[in-house]
Amino acid sequence: MIGIQHYLVVSAILFTMGVLGIFINRKNIIIILMAIELILLSVNINLVAFSAFLGDLVGQVFAMFVLTVAAGEAAIGLAILVIYFRGRGSIAVDDVNRMKG
Amino acid sequence: MIQAFAFYLFAAVVILSGALTVLSRNPVHSVLWLILAFFNAAGLMVLVGAEFIAMLLVIVYVGAVAVLFLFVVMMLDIDFAELRSGFVRYGFFGLLVALVLAAEMIIAGGAWSAGSLELSQRAAPTSGDLPNIEAMGALIYSKYLYIFEAAGLVLLVAMIGAIVLTHRERKDVRPQNISDQVRRRPQDAVRNVVQPVGQGVEL
Repeated sequence: MIGIQHYLVVSAILFTMGVLGIFINRKNIIIILMAIELILLSVNINLVAFSAFLGDLVGQVFAMFVLTVAAGEAAIGLAILVIYFRGRGSIAVDDVNRMKG
Repeated sequence: MIQAFAFYLFAAVVILSGALTVLSRNPVHSVLWLILAFFNAAGLMVLVGAEFIAMLLVIVYVGAVAVLFLFVVMMLDIDFAELRSGFVRYGFFGLLVALVLAAEMIIAGGAWSAGSLELSQRAAPTSGDLPNIEAMGALIYSKYLYIFEAAGLVLLVAMIGAIVLTHRERKDVRPQNISDQVRRRPQDAVRNVVQPVGQGVEL
């Protein structure tokens, strides 16, 4: 029978994939954003699994808010990417120093 | 039996497509693998009875976010071959970090033992006779109404921010100015003259 452990294992593997994706695609910010989406997806799987197996609906409400923030983050991130590309003609992000921070 | 089969199918495909999202050579393929991962994660959520989140995942992620990614990947003229340099160099370090992270999660999961569950302390226990979507609706429109509206506000701010960031005034085009057109009056634009016969018109 499928228990909560199975879901936690899937979510942990997916989270690790996301972290790996951020590291190996350091120059390509589009893939980095997709890897962040993968990480947030694994968090959502975790929340929904706990919510379902404990019989408490609040986890699913929280997953909905995580989803909202992920959508907003993707929109803003891609907007920043578009203006960065317009100014530089490239999206190589490992040498970003425009703000001299 | 069929439930276990469906779980292993969805889990295998979601992990495989997640791996191919970060490893694939072409970013367009990455987006398509991401869409597949979202679909199968929605399948996993349907299996535990969270239909609302599953449908939200399909509509919001596959319908909006993934298409947004696809738009950006296809609209920008990016040299992706140059961006992949250093893949192997970062790959070793990234694999190391990922392995450490996975090992830590496995060790923590193995060492963790749950205390006794106080099931009476649940904030919103699911009742058996109400469908998931109905129960979620009743919950977010009553108990979590303010947080729900705050989530709407987050989306509004994100929308305004994205528009403000990407909007630009172009000097080389002459756009239609509707208020100028509407403000134009006949007495400014039209002149009636009594034209004598045999003379040219003075413009």
